[in-house]
Amino acid sequence: RLKNIVLGWNDLLCSKPMMVRDALNQAMDEELERDERVFLLGEEVAQYDGAYKVSRGLWKKYGDKRIIDTPITEMGFAGIAVGAAMAGLRPICEFMTFNFSMQAIDQIINSAAKTYYMSAGFQAVPIVFRGPNGASAGVAAQHSQCFAAWYAHCPGLKVVSPWNAEDAKGLLKSAIRDDNPVVFLENELMYGVPFEMSEESQSKDFTIPIGKAKVERQGTHVSLVSHSRYVSHCLDAAVVLAKEGIECEVINLRTIRPLDVECIETSVMKTNHLVTVEGGWPQFGVGAEICARIMEGPAFNYLDAPATRVTGVDIPMPYAKILEDNSLPQIKDIIFSVKKTLNV
Amino acid sequence: MVAAAVVSARTYADFTTEATFEIKKCDIHKLDEAPATQVVMTREEGLQYYRTMQTIRRMELKADQLYKQKIIRGFCHLYDGQEACAVGIEAGINLTDHLITAYRAHGYTYTRGGTVKEIMAELTGRRGGIAKGKGGSMHMYTKHFYGGNGIVGAQVPLGAGVALACKYLGNNELCVSLYGDGAANQGQIFETYNMAALWKLPAIFICENNRYGMGTSVERAAASTDYYKRGDFIPGLRVDGMDVLCVREATKFAADHCRSGKGPMLMELQTYRYHGHSMSDPGVSYRTREEIQEVRGKSDPISMLKDRMLSNNMASIEELKEIDVAVRKEIEDAAQFATTDPEPPLEELCNHIFYNNPALEVRGTNPWTKLKSVS
Repeated sequence: RLKNIVLGWNDLLCSKPMMVRDALNQAMDEELERDERVFLLGEEVAQYDGAYKVSRGLWKKYGDKRIIDTPITEMGFAGIAVGAAMAGLRPICEFMTFNFSMQAIDQIINSAAKTYYMSAGFQAVPIVFRGPNGASAGVAAQHSQCFAAWYAHCPGLKVVSPWNAEDAKGLLKSAIRDDNPVVFLENELMYGVPFEMSEESQSKDFTIPIGKAKVERQGTHVSLVSHSRYVSHCLDAAVVLAKEGIECEVINLRTIRPLDVECIETSVMKTNHLVTVEGGWPQFGVGAEICARIMEGPAFNYLDAPATRVTGVDIPMPYAKILEDNSLPQIKDIIFSVKKTLNV
Repeated sequence: MVAAAVVSARTYADFTTEATFEIKKCDIHKLDEAPATQVVMTREEGLQYYRTMQTIRRMELKADQLYKQKIIRGFCHLYDGQEACAVGIEAGINLTDHLITAYRAHGYTYTRGGTVKEIMAELTGRRGGIAKGKGGSMHMYTKHFYGGNGIVGAQVPLGAGVALACKYLGNNELCVSLYGDGAANQGQIFETYNMAALWKLPAIFICENNRYGMGTSVERAAASTDYYKRGDFIPGLRVDGMDVLCVREATKFAADHCRSGKGPMLMELQTYRYHGHSMSDPGVSYRTREEIQEVRGKSDPISMLKDRMLSNNMASIEELKEIDVAVRKEIEDAAQFATTDPEPPLEELCNHIFYNNPALEVRGTNPWTKLKSVS
């Protein structure tokens, strides 16, 4: 009977695991229901249920007016989405992958990001650009680029990079409710990964604030700072390292811009060691920015070793599996880098 | 548009209250009808068009002066010669409709509701500017006017997006998206034509063909210079852009088409700019002075309207002169303001990054400089 009571409590505290794609779907569904001005446009979002099934069921529920299939014309439809946002709607503009956003990048930066500033606060642009970012599996060079650094470079944009299902739901809802342009970087390899969802995430008003990182694992020897899929790698590496007595603090950035430097600094001032982990290329990347910011702040004096960046290899993404596997940070790379940083 | 009522020596009873004018027929594309060629203009309308065009003309010439004195910096693309387009379009739509254009935008900023004072102060980069000095010549905004856009062609998809919002909200409004002959070859414009037609957006696409994209004549840039046909499946009109009444009629025709749910329309306005592409272009290396003089002499939009009004006894020379004087004064006062108003305060440097957002810290030029940004 005690066992039944405990299991009953378990059911109350945790829900059935939810996949990231379903969390994204739920976020959009809830926001579409909450605010009539919200609508989704992009390639295959309606009748195909989404190229990666993220928008499954939404067209059936909301119809042609609110879930719009576009022709394959990114520059055009991104511009249309931005114009609609300027005129009072709240569009979610999906890029099938962020690689295709390059065709539309002028609209994202020059029409969306800069307009509130150029107009001295007259014209807001409440828009979300979302879609899968970074490497997938076997899709080769033109379909594997990580755009976190490119978008996070620009003032006027918020850049969000969720890791798990709860992140996906809470951050997407925040992004949609935000009155500013948000670039929402998902990850195709995470779409099918299930995660436990907390009690509070069941609420239709559950949001996660943009601009705040989360400590996923407490630790004392090294701060592992990552975003998106590589948070999983960091947690896995942390388990292995714990067996050797190295306790890693794993920070899930959740937002790339604005970066939660304070969270990283607090951690580094505790652990004295910093390792950043990302899928993107090293030069001018997310890790590079973190290192620069740490140097400029109070945490620098607490470092017992130079900060280390673990990144994708500085090459276009190859196709063959063995090459692809060795183009991205693996768990062993993180473990190796932590040990080097700790000089063990 | 506030039209100043000018009191003249003669009483209003002396003047014709309205007259009918024969205007040039538009070339049509994928249409069965064309806009009317017999149109009525009232005395009041005529005076308003005259005053508005004259205001734009003098405002642009003043900007030329201030630029040469180095009081205006950077880019400055002047609209003199093209006044009939902005004024005619506005006469064919409502202020509740929407409009977006490229960077030759001072005239539209005015017709859409901006004041000469705040336009000029924006050009001189002062705190009283319509964008508080943060936008400059190419980035002026006002209600239902989405700029002022610096990237050639980008404004066209934006305008179609505004039109989508109009349709979505069911407010019977439409959006006019302007672009030049240079922009007309942009891919994103064709992408926009496709979606606007597919989704029947209430969008009027207007090509202001002033014959030159910067220094490249239309023949040297476009395989087809029939810009009104380039929308292919979108019905089009080619309009005499120097005649404010032609522009007005064509715009009304297009607006009716849009509002009836038939989808987008395309208009090509054949017009001309007296200045070069921008203030750094003398405008005579790729065209002849004779050509400029000929247009000025035969097709000036303000002269054309003036002649029409005088020959139809709709106004007197004195009355129009009084308008000229009033306009000159308005421009002078605005220029005075624009040159004496202080520059924006440095405290405002980082403001307006985000809307409806808590204050944030912005890194200055060095790590110790932390600046504040409020919405």
